[in-house]
Amino acid sequence: MPTDPVIEVAGVTKTFAGVRALDDVDFTLNRGEIHALVGENGAGKSTLIKVLTGIHSPDSGQIRRTGRISTIYQEVNLVPLMSVAANLFLGREPRNRLGLIDRARRDAEAAELLRGYGITADVRSPLGTLAVGEQQMVALARAVEADADVVIMDEPTSSLEPREVETLLEVVRKLHEAGIAIIYVSHRMDELYRICDTVTVLRDGRSVHSGPLRELPRIELVSLMLGRSVNEIRKHGTTAFGEDHHADTQPVLEALDLTSKPRINGVNVAIRPGEVVGLAGLLGSGRTETAKAIIGALPLDHGTVLVAGKPVPHNVRAATRAGISMLAEDRKTEGIIPNLSVRENIVLAALPRLGRFGVISRAKQDRIVDTFVRRLRIKVSSPEQKVAELSGGNQQKVLLARWLCSEPRILLLDEPTRGIDVGAKAEVQALIDELAKEGLAVLLISSELDELLDGADRLVVLRDGEVAGELEGAQLSREHVLAAIAAEVMDDADSH
Amino acid sequence: MTTLTAATRTKVLQRQGAAVALILMVTVSWLVFPRFGSLDNLRDLALQGSFLAVIALGMTFVIITGGIDLSVGSLYALGGVLAAWGSQYGFLAALTLPLAVCGAIGLINGLLIARTNMAPFIVTLASLLFARGLLLAITDEGATTYQIAPDSAFVELGRGTVFGFGYPIFIAAALCALGGVVLNRTNFGQNVFATGGAEQSAVLMGVPVARTKIGVYTASGTLAGLAGALTAAYLQSGVTVIGVGTELDAISVVVIGGTLLTGGMGTVLGTVIGVGLIKVIQNVINQIGTLDSNYQSVVSGVFLLIVVVLQRMLRR
Repeated sequence: MPTDPVIEVAGVTKTFAGVRALDDVDFTLNRGEIHALVGENGAGKSTLIKVLTGIHSPDSGQIRRTGRISTIYQEVNLVPLMSVAANLFLGREPRNRLGLIDRARRDAEAAELLRGYGITADVRSPLGTLAVGEQQMVALARAVEADADVVIMDEPTSSLEPREVETLLEVVRKLHEAGIAIIYVSHRMDELYRICDTVTVLRDGRSVHSGPLRELPRIELVSLMLGRSVNEIRKHGTTAFGEDHHADTQPVLEALDLTSKPRINGVNVAIRPGEVVGLAGLLGSGRTETAKAIIGALPLDHGTVLVAGKPVPHNVRAATRAGISMLAEDRKTEGIIPNLSVRENIVLAALPRLGRFGVISRAKQDRIVDTFVRRLRIKVSSPEQKVAELSGGNQQKVLLARWLCSEPRILLLDEPTRGIDVGAKAEVQALIDELAKEGLAVLLISSELDELLDGADRLVVLRDGEVAGELEGAQLSREHVLAAIAAEVMDDADSH
Repeated sequence: MTTLTAATRTKVLQRQGAAVALILMVTVSWLVFPRFGSLDNLRDLALQGSFLAVIALGMTFVIITGGIDLSVGSLYALGGVLAAWGSQYGFLAALTLPLAVCGAIGLINGLLIARTNMAPFIVTLASLLFARGLLLAITDEGATTYQIAPDSAFVELGRGTVFGFGYPIFIAAALCALGGVVLNRTNFGQNVFATGGAEQSAVLMGVPVARTKIGVYTASGTLAGLAGALTAAYLQSGVTVIGVGTELDAISVVVIGGTLLTGGMGTVLGTVIGVGLIKVIQNVINQIGTLDSNYQSVVSGVFLLIVVVLQRMLRR
């Protein structure tokens, strides 16, 4: 490939509140190239895109851009109330002789143009009446038709149906033929290998690899993203079930065929009392969605959740009553009420059970709070201290206490140790172990492989919303998990 | 996104709903009150409506961007006083002084809202107080009323007629027609819809959101000043006590006309229909001699409530 860079980034560093989001990153995009940009959550992809498009200015380093950049974001950034045609042409509408917008021509051109993207909906109807996939396609058409030299796509297929993905990839190919350079961000290995020429892997704000994609085996790409040497990874099959040391007990939770397209597709999970089941997989593989589906917070196409063999209606109230509790990933927005005290935060979930006729016995509250503060070793000056004043780890324990005091049988933990310091992390991990020993069934979601390997009795590996493998006993090793995530490798190994 | 189809349905029903209500009101009034249908009464009705229509036109743009302009009532009164005072220096001064001052206050509103991200409600509330205070200061707390010479060209602007229809009616009609074209057929109009429909997306789509906001508040202030000048010309003096609560009348007619209070959707025609509806109701209450004129507000309030309740119900 001739090297004719349209974007050249050298030694770019960007710091947010003392955290290095980008650390001395080099990045080159050549004309007519499809460049994959990959990395786990927090690796710095979004920051790099924002630096490229000029939304952020770097602390140091150089950026050289030639030509116009168009960006398509993961969420559709269009105006739902305006018509499809108005969205498509906003800012460059066809004019009549008087300089006024020629609506008839605009609508006709829009309809014509969108047909090429497989959209046949009425272009005069509000954009918001279209399906999300179609909206994404309109956003793509808008970006492409703006005469861009570079198109950046940030996970464009994450909300698309398989058929729509095909159309999108077709469009990408057409752009490629037209000589437009593309930066393609995705976690979907299949897509990357189908369309991308080159790849840059970011990890912890650093560019750890850059080069032709086809020469890089999938398993090596995954290991680069997760930060392990490829030499450690043995290539062999992983899906054989090992002996089941909980075989004597019936699962307390069985989730069958959970499907909510396009996020998750036919996921099965079973957890026995006293067992910690880990959910592994890359970002966007459907981990959080699976947990949300179990607790009834994600609308399902089909699928059933059984608690102790009985089906649970698909809503959060019913799931909670059946004994399922979920500790959400983002404790700031989905759980903690910072200005209430530790006591108030803990008893919140238990209020309906504690209160009689709406009156809650204060003595009873204190007793429960006391128990949990001691049991979970929450470090507070008094139960009346505001939660906002606690450290991240202790906040997490308060949330945990809240769910525990409603006496759940099944606990879903989504990234329970994210954002808390190492010491607190170890304590929370120990606590999870303890709770399981007491008979709780735990589903543990974590991006940290070590945490899953140490904490879980069994691992369910997800890939693109489907179960890619279940690992147990001797199979609980980094190599097996990576192999399962990069599943295609097994086919390679088989065919050689 | 499923609520959107409902919202579209609401828009259609609402706009036509207001039109249907207007036709119904006019028909019934015509039959019940013999004086209602007289040419004199209709001319008077249209003239009364034209001042509010000019203010509401600006408000329509502001509300479609998702904002609100509470300062227009005070600017309306201030515009009238400035026009009356300026009329001693001739026609041009009488017309440009209110437009310039009220436009400048609108511009400041827009700058503060767009550049500092302050809430439109607060910024324009401050302007409401500021303009009313300025008005009272230049009129010795309302004690001084500036008169306009009855034979001046400026009075002709407010009192002149074509076939008995006052000039302000034609001015308002022309401005609303222009407003409709600007809203639907120009870049600025599209930017107004985009800003109110999804501000963050609009920014990413390259819409000059700040400039659009500054534009609509400047237009709103200028139009309120113009409405004040026209009223002063018609009354031959700068009346200091008018315009109290006019901003709420303007908001009411815009909402009755089907413009979403949350922004992103609305029409000038709807606003004109809303003005017609409110003015017909007021006119009818005046025809019923036994009713206190204060019932105008009562009926207008009830009507607005019905519209908003209908909006809610239709959206479900």
